[in-house]
Amino acid sequence: MNETVKQTDIQKAILEQQQSEHRKKMILNGVLLVLLLVAPLVMYPVFLMKILCFALFAVAFNLLLGYTGLLSFGHAAFLATGGYTTGYLLSNVPGLSTELGILAGTLMATVLGFGFALLSIRRQGIYFAMVTLALAQLVFFFFVQSSFTGGEDGMQGIPRGELFGLIDLNDNLNLYYFILVVFLACYLLVQRTVGSPFGQVLNAIKQNEPRAISLGYNVNRYKILAFVISAALAGLAGSMKSVVFQLASLNDAHWHTSGEVILMTLVGGAGTLLGPVVGATFVVNVEYQLAQGPLRDWVDPILGGIFVLTVIAFRSGIVGEIQKFMRKNLS
Amino acid sequence: MTMIKKLLTSAVASALMVSGAQAEISDNMVKMGYLADMSGTYRDLAGPNGLKAMEMAIKDFGGSVKGAKIEVVSADDRNSPDVASSTVRRWVENDKVDMIGGMVASSVTIAATKILEENNKLGIVSGSAASSITNEHCTPNHIHYVYDTYALSIGTPTAIVQEGGKTWFILTADYAFGHAMEADVTRVVEANGGEVVGSIRHPFPTPDFSSFILQAQASGADVIALANAGADTTNAINTASEFGVTQGGQTLAALVLFLSDVHALGTDVAQGIQLTTGWYWDMNDETRAWSDRFMEATGARPTMVHAGIYSSTMQYLKAVEATNSDDSQTVRKYMMEHPINDMFAKNGRIREDGRMVHDMYLAEVKTPEESSGEWDLYNIVRTIPADEAFRPLSESKCKLVSM
Repeated sequence: MNETVKQTDIQKAILEQQQSEHRKKMILNGVLLVLLLVAPLVMYPVFLMKILCFALFAVAFNLLLGYTGLLSFGHAAFLATGGYTTGYLLSNVPGLSTELGILAGTLMATVLGFGFALLSIRRQGIYFAMVTLALAQLVFFFFVQSSFTGGEDGMQGIPRGELFGLIDLNDNLNLYYFILVVFLACYLLVQRTVGSPFGQVLNAIKQNEPRAISLGYNVNRYKILAFVISAALAGLAGSMKSVVFQLASLNDAHWHTSGEVILMTLVGGAGTLLGPVVGATFVVNVEYQLAQGPLRDWVDPILGGIFVLTVIAFRSGIVGEIQKFMRKNLS
Repeated sequence: MTMIKKLLTSAVASALMVSGAQAEISDNMVKMGYLADMSGTYRDLAGPNGLKAMEMAIKDFGGSVKGAKIEVVSADDRNSPDVASSTVRRWVENDKVDMIGGMVASSVTIAATKILEENNKLGIVSGSAASSITNEHCTPNHIHYVYDTYALSIGTPTAIVQEGGKTWFILTADYAFGHAMEADVTRVVEANGGEVVGSIRHPFPTPDFSSFILQAQASGADVIALANAGADTTNAINTASEFGVTQGGQTLAALVLFLSDVHALGTDVAQGIQLTTGWYWDMNDETRAWSDRFMEATGARPTMVHAGIYSSTMQYLKAVEATNSDDSQTVRKYMMEHPINDMFAKNGRIREDGRMVHDMYLAEVKTPEESSGEWDLYNIVRTIPADEAFRPLSESKCKLVSM
């Protein structure tokens, strides 16, 4: 009798703790949401949209690196494919509404991601990274050589168009809220994915692949699916970016961009939901602020230094370290 | 009667609009933006020293126009059109920037000029090479000041063929930019009675040029043309020097090569190369005098881009002063109507497509024996008259050129 009472008490306590944690999270999310909603009134909307696009790109990348343990070094290919496809369609198909253009770009990136996944997933670790890099270089070469991309000049003057044929996206605020909605939807999607049974399997693969195989999971299939989702979201980020800036350029396809997204994810904290968002915000801001100031000759060395410092001293990134600190001192 | 009335009202209305636009300098301030690669590949070509050149011009002008203060903001574009695009947007939409100078990578320039067109501000492009900037990508809101690929890839071959270099071998970077230059060179060489005996395409970018240079050497052509740019060109020149191409009697013609590149390569390696340039610091007393001042401020000799930035800033400020306006169209119109005569250009003029046409020069890199110092690098071989140097308007695809 006594024991059962104790057990329900314990259960209650656990439940309460979970609830309070949940509440804390909800409050944090609410605050962030309000900040995002009022941000364009204080800050420059185009700059915020740039951060959102790169944040989505990093969130997509983190699904692979942080939750599946796959280091892809070719994610620029999806960003660029999304961007170029959307740009080409919006420039050349008259009357195409913007969301369809973005959807088409995302679809192209998804298909490409499936192709990449089929070829690269057979290898692990550094070999996987190298295969994705090689494939991304092929895509880069294709974009350099094709005439529709405008080569070095880039694809320029992409019309922003209208959302659903109704809302004028040339207005920066309209576009900002559209991008914000898409970004939040994707963020929630990744959150759900990570928390789902599917996400648990991905986590199992990350921690010990042979064990996941021995438990009877078809590991390759899970990896391919994770890769495709990641590629699709990266493509979506690229598509939106081409609408925001009204251009798509070779920089998007260059391996530097693949490196940059790794930097964003690691600095922010791989394997945390908010990490890539914080990382992208941080990197884009550092780049921008430094480019304006007296240190502008030193942007690359400084970013490199931050990267080295993160890898050596703060391996779980900004968000990861904060979480660790909170767990240690506040509970 | 009503017709005449209508005409009259519209005439009065448009006159009012014009005078409205000319009214005065907005915010009682002329604000200039300097956008360039400050940290990457093109740093030496324009970079921080370009900003110095712009500031020199403002200082020489007196720091203010008709009582309006002149201010400068600057940013690193990191050779990325994204960065350029967000920076320029912020400058013109929020920070009240009237004119933007510098601009190097073609993708950066085109992105920036599109935004300038949307917001009706002025851009003066000094660093970019692409001739498409005043061709299919021309806008009524920018001027391309110093040089372009047309001038470079036409000027050098014409001059060399006329000097007797009849057979050509072309080394081409395998992408649109290289292909376009290869086509230009082939056309010019053949039109002047020369012959292209062979060509080879190399991937972009290429670190090792040995096999390509060996083939070019073995072709026995009088001239080896490098239809590439940046690191590819300097790598090819380094390899050619190792294989003794110029010492073996062949001429090396670099289509896109700048003083800063030659300075980095040194006369040992670069000697004998022929190239086209828009300006050289050691041409006459005027250029030398300005370069000495530039050297004092920066510790380096100016490239043609630096000189172009100084000259164009000066012209811009003169136009603002004369028209008492910083409206882009008023200023651009004034600049088009008044020929440019300064240390950078003699009788330079700005065409309706935005191209500033002026004499270009064929230069030959000095041998180490001829060179008297680290910056004594070129012999000016001949002058290429303005009319021959740039794409004639009759071939233009620019929307502003009326046929």
